[in-house]
Amino acid sequence: MARRHERVSASIRPPVRSWGRPASLVALALLPVVVLGCFFVLPVSGMVARGFWPDGELDAGAVLDVLTRARTGQVVWFTVWTAAVATLVAVLLGLPAAYALHRLDFPLRRAVRAALLVPFVLPTVVVGVAFRQLLGEAGPLGFLGLDGTPVAIVAGLVFFNAAVVIRAVGASWESLDARPAEAAAALGATPLQVLRTVTLPALRPAIVSAASVVFLFCATSFGVVLTLGGTEYSSVETEIYLLTTNFLDLPGAAALSIVQLVAVVSLLAVAARLRATPDPTVVRVPPRPRRPGRGDLPAAAMTGLLLVLVAAPVVTLVLGSLRVDDAWSLANYRALDSVGEQQALVVPVTEALVTSLRTAVDATWISLLLGLLVALAVTRRSRSRSERRIRGVLDGFFMLPLGVSAATLGFGFLITLDRPPLDLRDSALLVPVAQALVALPLVVRTLVPVLDGIDDRQRQAAASLGAGPLRTLLTVDAPVLWRPLLAAAGFAFAASLGEFGATAFLARDESATLPVVIFRLIGRPGEMNFGMALAASVVLAATTALVMLVVERLRVPSLGAL
Amino acid sequence: MRSISAAHAPTRLAAVALTVSLAATGCSLIGSGDDDARAEEAGGEVVLVTHESFSLPDEVVAAFEEESGYELVVRAAGDAGALTNKLVLTQGNPTGDVAFGVDNTFASRALEADVFEASDVDLPAGAETYLLEGDADRALTPVDNASVCVNVDDTWFARKGIAPPQTLDDLTDPRYQDLFVLPSAATSSVGLAFLLTTIDKYGEDWPGYWADLMANGARLTSGWSDAYQTDFTQGGGKGDRPIVLSYDSSPAFTVDGKGGTTTSALLDTCFRQVEYAGVLAGAANPEGAQALVQFLVGPEVQAALPDSMYVFPVVAGTELPADWAKFAEQPAEPHEVDPAEVAEQRDDWLTEWRDVTSG
Repeated sequence: MARRHERVSASIRPPVRSWGRPASLVALALLPVVVLGCFFVLPVSGMVARGFWPDGELDAGAVLDVLTRARTGQVVWFTVWTAAVATLVAVLLGLPAAYALHRLDFPLRRAVRAALLVPFVLPTVVVGVAFRQLLGEAGPLGFLGLDGTPVAIVAGLVFFNAAVVIRAVGASWESLDARPAEAAAALGATPLQVLRTVTLPALRPAIVSAASVVFLFCATSFGVVLTLGGTEYSSVETEIYLLTTNFLDLPGAAALSIVQLVAVVSLLAVAARLRATPDPTVVRVPPRPRRPGRGDLPAAAMTGLLLVLVAAPVVTLVLGSLRVDDAWSLANYRALDSVGEQQALVVPVTEALVTSLRTAVDATWISLLLGLLVALAVTRRSRSRSERRIRGVLDGFFMLPLGVSAATLGFGFLITLDRPPLDLRDSALLVPVAQALVALPLVVRTLVPVLDGIDDRQRQAAASLGAGPLRTLLTVDAPVLWRPLLAAAGFAFAASLGEFGATAFLARDESATLPVVIFRLIGRPGEMNFGMALAASVVLAATTALVMLVVERLRVPSLGAL
Repeated sequence: MRSISAAHAPTRLAAVALTVSLAATGCSLIGSGDDDARAEEAGGEVVLVTHESFSLPDEVVAAFEEESGYELVVRAAGDAGALTNKLVLTQGNPTGDVAFGVDNTFASRALEADVFEASDVDLPAGAETYLLEGDADRALTPVDNASVCVNVDDTWFARKGIAPPQTLDDLTDPRYQDLFVLPSAATSSVGLAFLLTTIDKYGEDWPGYWADLMANGARLTSGWSDAYQTDFTQGGGKGDRPIVLSYDSSPAFTVDGKGGTTTSALLDTCFRQVEYAGVLAGAANPEGAQALVQFLVGPEVQAALPDSMYVFPVVAGTELPADWAKFAEQPAEPHEVDPAEVAEQRDDWLTEWRDVTSG
């Protein structure tokens, strides 16, 4: 339907010195590569090496043995299919919501947008309890018989990850030029035709980006599978965790880590191909959300459905947090500045909340800084095939942290960052950096589709008019990058607030974050401790929603017109 | 260029203010160096690596710091299993001076890997009964103990007019079908303790017992909190299963406010877990480490154990909190399995257990 403009960029090359581009690539990528090298590649390869060289001698046989176990095949297959189904459902539910929440203007839009991000940060152990209270034999949905089944696992994965689709695709959809779609409609295309032929192709890079992140989150989710799947089901991630922490079977863990890495790399390669060739002439404009019309009903209905699905476990939590001794009470909330019944905690919940916020601020700026550098490095137009390949590899490299188990990373920190100049095991830096690495792919995947969508000719035009690289960045990239950057900031902040795996492994006692404290509370006997865990989860959810609302507010409209 | 509308200004201002205050609290990276610097000035810190359940009252920690002159730094993460594995992986270059929390199901692994130094801590009366078998060098000092036992909801059974189960055999009785919930032995140390209970009780025949147990509708969860807080009728979530695997101290947490408790532990079904402390090989401060281990078996810590960590002291004659003295009864003859045998067979047992329970 939409007529694509001819690509003419190849014919107008601005006079750029040949060493300038590789040099700028190196300059942009240097810091992120060094950080990822120290805090990811080194620890993970250290752990895998321990598996291959258990007593200082190479024993690849032990590793290969694991790969031929029947159980390994089962575990891999279970991981792949549950993650694939969950990703599909999350995309199908997330797309209409992304549209409704980012293109339409209706009351409470920002509040709904903030609310839908809440599940993303809730601690798995608490959501597990909430889900099981809903689905368990005694729960309101117990008659469905879903407790402990793969359906419950998939539902849990969708619950956590639909937000990723909404935010990542929404950021792209929001600034998409509506005119081609309007033109197509004016020429007689049905709404469905417009969607299929105009809108979805333009959004494809963002959708593929979001779907690959969701798939990685699902395939490596640990708590959901463990809590909701009973003990019958194992994913690669839970298996690595069990082999490492319970059995100290390092060859086994190394074998599965390699399987996971290979799978992640192939997935990234496929995703890169799928989102390649974005139309460089997609026009980005400041968003003009419009009043919803009759045609928007299906999208609104789907958003409502998603809201209900997300709300059910959250409402269970809220109601639970307000019950004490079978009566309504705020006692659980009043107890949050204490250390719990029988001294369950080292620091009260209120103090942990402050720690969480501080850590999240650090993790956010680290991931934004690194993510922005990476996104700029990989989206500059390449002049040669090898240059393009290098940028592609870099792009995938920064997604890898999603594909590695927190247990592998955590133990890896212990055995590799243990001597000067990298004696960092007790550094307060570890937790924010680890959280920033978790958030980094989200930041990169939110920024890259937008930067990719900028017509490079605009930069060339700026350059030919005498603008330096920085000036070009400010006048061409910054105006469209501003909103996605804020969206990414909110995302990184939320990811950090909710991060549990690496944090639980690395955090020191006196600097426990909120999810760590909640985990501790729920693991102690005493009715008050359980109530406090629920109340603390509600506080965590409310804090996230509040921060998201602030981020929404900060998306200053006037800046789009710079 | 559009201007900021007046109506939005206050909220935007509030938003900016909140952001600024968040940024201001975010000085953790810059501020973090201070603690370390202060500790070095004081001249001696002793670092305790432990599991996530560790906790002592502030005044007890202050007492240690005053008596010994060392500053206590606690680094806690993971459960007993993860702790042990961390110690094994960092053998010779530990992240602290003392480790606390390795228990009798994991201790042999640590001893084999030479994680601990021999120590000469004076054992108070009563503690010697908890010494680890096979620990010839006395590298590990027992600090506390607690038993994993099957717990029942007495009010539920009273209401139904059924006698609650008493023994392991009862749990396979059709009268108690679909009533038992317990954490998996593969993912939980509580679950592992119960597996060891059945191995001690039934010997070679334990897989048969588990097959019966599963056939009778036992439900497995991933961890203690999932079983107790979600499925148990007296847990936080008010589930629908009145029999749960928990601790001998659990009845002290279900007091009914009328001088009684609503649950009880079945004392014939218990497995005793003992937690140890030891000086780490390669410790930066071995003297401080020695002093800390000695302090852990001292009267202040021993008296604080029940309230802070839900475990019983090992030192004879230590006074218990009122609820504990009343409702937390310890088994006279808990089940036991030789730690060396556990170290050797644990993986095989768990592999077989997984086959039996997921079949």
